[in-house]
Amino acid sequence: MTPSLRRRVFLAAAVVAGGLLLWGLTGLPDYGVYQGPYGDVLNAVAVGERKATNVVAAVTFDYRGVDTMGEEYILFAAVVGVAIVLRAQRGETEQPPDEDAADRRAPGTSNAVRVLGLALLGPVVLFGIYVVAHGHLSPGGGFQGGVLLATGALLVYLSGEYVTLRRVRPVALIDLAESSGAAGYVAIGLLGLAAGGTFLENVLPLGQPGALLSAGTMPLINLAVGLEVAAGFVLLISEFLEQTLVVRRPGEVT
Amino acid sequence: MIVLEVVVFLLVAAGGTAVVLTRDPLNQAIVASFYGLILGIMFLVFQAPDVALSQITVGAVALPLMIVLALAKVRALAGGRKEDGE
Amino acid sequence: MIHLPYLVAAWLFLVGLYGIVTSRNLVHAVTCLSVVQSSTYILLLAVGFERGGTAPIFLDVPVGTKAVDPVVGALTLTDIVVGATVSALLLALAVQVYKHHGTLDPERFRSRED
Repeated sequence: MTPSLRRRVFLAAAVVAGGLLLWGLTGLPDYGVYQGPYGDVLNAVAVGERKATNVVAAVTFDYRGVDTMGEEYILFAAVVGVAIVLRAQRGETEQPPDEDAADRRAPGTSNAVRVLGLALLGPVVLFGIYVVAHGHLSPGGGFQGGVLLATGALLVYLSGEYVTLRRVRPVALIDLAESSGAAGYVAIGLLGLAAGGTFLENVLPLGQPGALLSAGTMPLINLAVGLEVAAGFVLLISEFLEQTLVVRRPGEVT
Repeated sequence: MIVLEVVVFLLVAAGGTAVVLTRDPLNQAIVASFYGLILGIMFLVFQAPDVALSQITVGAVALPLMIVLALAKVRALAGGRKEDGE
Repeated sequence: MIHLPYLVAAWLFLVGLYGIVTSRNLVHAVTCLSVVQSSTYILLLAVGFERGGTAPIFLDVPVGTKAVDPVVGALTLTDIVVGATVSALLLALAVQVYKHHGTLDPERFRSRED
């Protein structure tokens, strides 16, 4: 099938699909007028029942906690998949980084980038921990905070210190962190079973809405998810970085 | 408020089209990062700050980063193949 | 005007699909897939939007203020992170394809299948 034929077939199908989509979507209730009762019920009830002021986080980690567990395992499986796919070749083509190739040497990072990168590392990690810890109170949670923590690793690479980081080799630690984050979710669920309730039931003391230690198991689940997402993204980035043959290092700007 | 919503929706539609129409993957990563930011602003207009935070960290930082790293790896492999005399 | 977000979601869906169908580079196709995924986020959030409502976070507003639907927000925010990870897996597969076939072009890749 030639590309132009494929394009024409697609455009014909897209016209039909677009027509069906428009017909279906304009049959929905008007945009801006919320119909369903589920959202209003949750908004009225969630703060009183679960003592969590972030109702979106209460839905994610408490009311629909099983769905989030499934999503977390999709993430885990994708990270394991990337590690397997990119590791299979490393056995046969293990070359030392070609840092002497004149046409591939990247310019060394300037001092301004180094200083800014390393100076921002602390606040970024602190902000990531803050977002993870306050997931049940204000916008945030395990997923967002985990990605924020992973960008700390990106800052280390950008400021040219990746060679030092690689030499320390915390890969085993990151593997451990990711697995314990994924297993921690199930462990908290089993806590509910052990306390005589259902799987993933909120069995810890609920506390007062607005306090940091409130909403029962929700801060713990946030912590597990944050750990897993952060470690997963750091693993993803380092898997791709391991394979590139150009390593940025601190030096003079050529 | 209505004007803001209409403007943001049109920007999102234009941004998505721009991402698709940019054929070179490296340029597309930059455009995708900008598109992620516009989407984050749209999620804020939708009164969903959690979603906006998620979109900005992932769609504007993590995803373009992984695209650029994959492209760097492909370019490094291409350099290796040229050295092997292919 | 009242259906604008739905129109934008349908448009992005079809534009992203067009990009995947006519793509000459596997990495370009992965980015177009993320555009298709973003169209579903827009549809979800538009369904749950209540005009005049605030964010469903009651840290500083009293419970009972009109707020938008929290369920669609919960669905979308996990979906964004997971979608990016799946895109990373697809990028790793694209790199593997390049290692085995020497090209990222789906057209030339298909013709070299022997």
